[in-house]
Amino acid sequence: MDSVTSEQRRTLHSTADNGLKIVVVGGFGVGKTTLVRSVSEIRPLNTEETMTQAGEGVDDTAGVAAKSATTVAFDFGRISFDAHNVLYLFGAPGQERFWFLWDRLFSGTLGAVVLVDTRRLADSWYAIDRLEHHGTPFVVACNDFGGPAHTPARIRGALDLADEVPLVMCDARSRESSKQVLITLVEHLRTVVAPAVRPVPQPIPEPAP
Amino acid sequence: MSRGRPGRDDSPDRLYTLTGGRSRAGSDAFDLVTLVVSESDPVPGMQSEHAAILRMCRLPTAVVEVAAGLGLPVSITRILLADLHDTGRISARHPRASYRLPDHDILEQVLVGLRNL
Ligand SMILES: Nc1nc2c(ncn2[C@@H]2O[C@H](COP(=O)(O)OP(=O)(O)OP(=O)(O)O)[C@@H](O)[C@H]2O)c(=O)[nH]1
Ligand SMILES: [Mg+2]
Repeated sequence: MDSVTSEQRRTLHSTADNGLKIVVVGGFGVGKTTLVRSVSEIRPLNTEETMTQAGEGVDDTAGVAAKSATTVAFDFGRISFDAHNVLYLFGAPGQERFWFLWDRLFSGTLGAVVLVDTRRLADSWYAIDRLEHHGTPFVVACNDFGGPAHTPARIRGALDLADEVPLVMCDARSRESSKQVLITLVEHLRTVVAPAVRPVPQPIPEPAP
Repeated sequence: MSRGRPGRDDSPDRLYTLTGGRSRAGSDAFDLVTLVVSESDPVPGMQSEHAAILRMCRLPTAVVEVAAGLGLPVSITRILLADLHDTGRISARHPRASYRLPDHDILEQVLVGLRNL
């Protein structure tokens, strides 16, 4: 009974059976929720994951490891593509102290968008390190807050980005721009996820000396 | 939504009560985006969270949406879902794709979907 005529689809098709995930990660106030909202068919919802750290001494009689529980809040939006596939976009904090939760939260994600503010590039170093370490494919999107314009080369240098990682400029408030960020990510995923049959080989750019 | 951040006000005691103090054993199968579908209606006397889940999932609803709807942390929601799954009251449609299991068809479908946004 999803005959919602408004702009928002509130429920999924009864046939929906394949949830997909993309994570948007970045520092405080960098525009994660804004980007999710720009493309989501639902108003972003907020929830949280609590983790109890294994191996902590559980000393109270209740046996609840509440003392070592850590909570991370995240928000998410949704885009349903067709009768089967529905993409969930997660906006998650990129701070170091939340990272031990990520294995659990985001295992199986298609890939990630690292959202950065060029005035605070160092805020994303840790996120990039972790994604590289996990082998999670990602793109970097610079959200334009009107700071001084940096050349892509300079941003790449400051982030020590591998050549193959796409770097795009965006305005998270714009649906079109946010959509373009996601398209860039998925196009990148196509190149890192080896197809069963390789397409015509592309010339490999000479690595910089 | 003016509601506060879910779970924020819940004391560990309340969460403990909801789940009977169990850990997350058996609930690991529920990914954040596993789609949950009710297989039965709520019955009188059922734990209210279980009944709420059955009402919420008449159409497929992701685990993370169930958590947000209940205003409970995902870890607690997973345990409640495992209860319902064990008794056949819900079914679960698990995600098929991940970057570790490359599936070009899925990526193509996502790309088409995004371009049509
Ligand atoms: N100028 C400009 N402002 C933006 C842009 N994107 C987001 N903002 C604004 O920046 C502020 C923070 O955006 P959010 O989307 O809440 O950022 P966030 O990363 O979700 O923040 P936290 O969840 O608190 O870490 C809001 O006031 C947005 O309107 C952008 O592209 N340009
Ligand atoms: Mg936010």
